[in-house]
Amino acid sequence: MATATMTMPAENQLETTARPDEDSSQLWLRRLKATGHERDAAVAELHALLLKAARFEIGRRHDQVPHLRGGDHRDLAQQSADDALLAVLGKLDDFRGESRFTTWAYKFALLEASVKVRRQSWQGREIPLAEEAWATIADTASSAGRNAEEAELLGALREEIEALSDRQREVLVAVTLNDVPIDVLAERLRTTRGALYKTLHDARRKLRAALAARGFQLDAHRKGEP
Amino acid sequence: MSHHSEKQAPGELLARVLGPGAPELSCEQCFAQLDRYVELALAGDRADEQVPGMRAHLDGCPACAEDFRSLRDLVAVDGSRR
Repeated sequence: MATATMTMPAENQLETTARPDEDSSQLWLRRLKATGHERDAAVAELHALLLKAARFEIGRRHDQVPHLRGGDHRDLAQQSADDALLAVLGKLDDFRGESRFTTWAYKFALLEASVKVRRQSWQGREIPLAEEAWATIADTASSAGRNAEEAELLGALREEIEALSDRQREVLVAVTLNDVPIDVLAERLRTTRGALYKTLHDARRKLRAALAARGFQLDAHRKGEP
Repeated sequence: MSHHSEKQAPGELLARVLGPGAPELSCEQCFAQLDRYVELALAGDRADEQVPGMRAHLDGCPACAEDFRSLRDLVAVDGSRR
């Protein structure tokens, strides 16, 4: 939802200065909770800030949506900033001052923009099948070369993935082996990112326990920083 | 089509599939703490110690890890312009 107020040019904004005992975050809150021109000006300034963050995010994800033209990018940024503005204004009371207000507000715009780009980049694409994940595991096992233990572990991994519940297997395979963004999967399965991550977390715990029970030393195979 | 057209090292694949294997925040808790964590990280102020479970979550959740990198880089650019 874009309104004239949200896109008011910066030069129309009121110059509001901080009181002696106020930091910039407290000033933002006071202006956004005020009424009349002071609030309108603060809202317009906040929207400009969110738009900057949304453009930043869409700019760095440019290659994920090569089919979008410049105008589409602008629309996506505008829509992300509008949605983020509503989220920020609705959550002002949640701001606890543990970071600068601008850092706190930015995260809403970045999230709106990143989710929109991921969904755009997967629009019209099917979620890959588990068979593609088995091919990934088989390829990796072949690259283990003469390391028989690693090849054995990867074989066991596949067996244990197949023993997961249908839902756990679907989520784990899509997100960790087939690179489906969790927001995209959440949208397709009509659930939330948080709920899917919980399913993924439970699946991973089950896999770790099953592989450990088969005698594999899991952390010996892990890289330091995934 | 998997994005992993190049062969992965077994350790890399296992890390992606098995996740961090350590106590971690949920996606909602991660989002709630992300701004604080980013500022602590940029200030070099023991972010991992002060926000326990965040590093493990970012290791396990590719989407939250992307959101972390974006916020960190945006705030860093902002700071360098001040």
